[in-house]
Amino acid sequence: MPSLKDLKNRIASVKATQKITKAMKMVAAAKLRRAQSAAEAARPYSAKMADVLSGLAKSMEGREDAPVLLAGNGKDQVHLLIVATAERGLCGGFNSSIARLAREHARKLLNQGKEVKIYTVGKKGYDALKNEFGSKIVERIDFRSVRNIGYGEADVVGKRIIEMFHEGSFDVATLFYSEFKSVISQIPTAMQLIPASFPASDAGNDGSDAVAYEYEPSEEAILGDLLPRNISVQVFRALLENAASEQGARMSAMDNATRNAGEMIDKLTLSYNRQRQAQITKELIEIISGAEAL
Amino acid sequence: MATPFSFELVSPEKQLVTGEALDVTVPGTEGYFQVLANHAPLMSTIKPGVVEVTMSDNSSHKYVVFGGFADVSPAGCTILAESATHVDDLNRAELERRIQEAREDINDAKDEHAKMRAEDYLHQLTTLQGAILPA
Repeated sequence: MPSLKDLKNRIASVKATQKITKAMKMVAAAKLRRAQSAAEAARPYSAKMADVLSGLAKSMEGREDAPVLLAGNGKDQVHLLIVATAERGLCGGFNSSIARLAREHARKLLNQGKEVKIYTVGKKGYDALKNEFGSKIVERIDFRSVRNIGYGEADVVGKRIIEMFHEGSFDVATLFYSEFKSVISQIPTAMQLIPASFPASDAGNDGSDAVAYEYEPSEEAILGDLLPRNISVQVFRALLENAASEQGARMSAMDNATRNAGEMIDKLTLSYNRQRQAQITKELIEIISGAEAL
Repeated sequence: MATPFSFELVSPEKQLVTGEALDVTVPGTEGYFQVLANHAPLMSTIKPGVVEVTMSDNSSHKYVVFGGFADVSPAGCTILAESATHVDDLNRAELERRIQEAREDINDAKDEHAKMRAEDYLHQLTTLQGAILPA
């Protein structure tokens, strides 16, 4: 049974923890707003890009001279997994759920006899994967020193991926990140980057496909210019989604922690009061029985 | 009176302009071109240069863009720029940094083709610098 003083100390320490988690929750809420508006601001660009590319890709379909970034290099042996996570922890299951998805994917590929290479973006992803796949992590980068992720950072990652692809160090690239749905729901997602895949939701723009476009310089040149850029854009979008998801996950994790600390304080206070009362009663009994004995 | 058409200028980071424009001048890779209403559908990559827009309220704006592409369709004109800034907000140091980088790229170029592309890019940048310097 802890003494009164112990209980008092514990209450004080839980209260201090609660203050910290509460503050972190508020900071996360503020950052979430910023991250969300950044993600929204980036949406028109990537949506438009996907629109144009899927149109161009359709016209290139089945052609021999289709760019390798679009059609792939015909092989399916070496897979590159790009795992984008946060730089910090204390955000609930955010990092571990992305890492888990990547790990399952990697195991599946290994079981099929494929080769796996991993490129981690963000410190936490590296930490989570280095035990099992340490030798397979070929590249890592983190943006700890960067306050706000900009297109420049994504471009660095995108260019590196393309460089590796041209060196022939992998055949298929898949990007892992967390899609931001809401504060309480972030969905770890895998997206294939190379060969380029496009969401099937383009059925609606069949009408505009009929328009005969004029291309300057040429269709192939535009596609050749756009595809590498598209990779950077997709990485950028993933990083922004991740940033918003991270703050969302942290917010709800810290909210839970704050509530949990509150419950703990209530419980501790209750047993503190009980013990105090018990002690008073005991002292009274001692005094009374002492007086009776006289 | 020119007919207005919808115009958008977006960069990966944000949407810079969206609205009705009367006339847009775009720095296409093969040369500057002007877009008016009902322009034939055209898709073109763009080089570093200045996009000039006259909006439907007759205000005119200039934006500096670094690469990207333009999509002119019957629905309107969209420019996806890799990086775009209003001419008044342009950071001259930033431009010089890019020029410096382009120079380094030329030195680092591994083959003739890459070197030619880097030289092209540098040329486009210096032209751009010359064009906006007096402003």
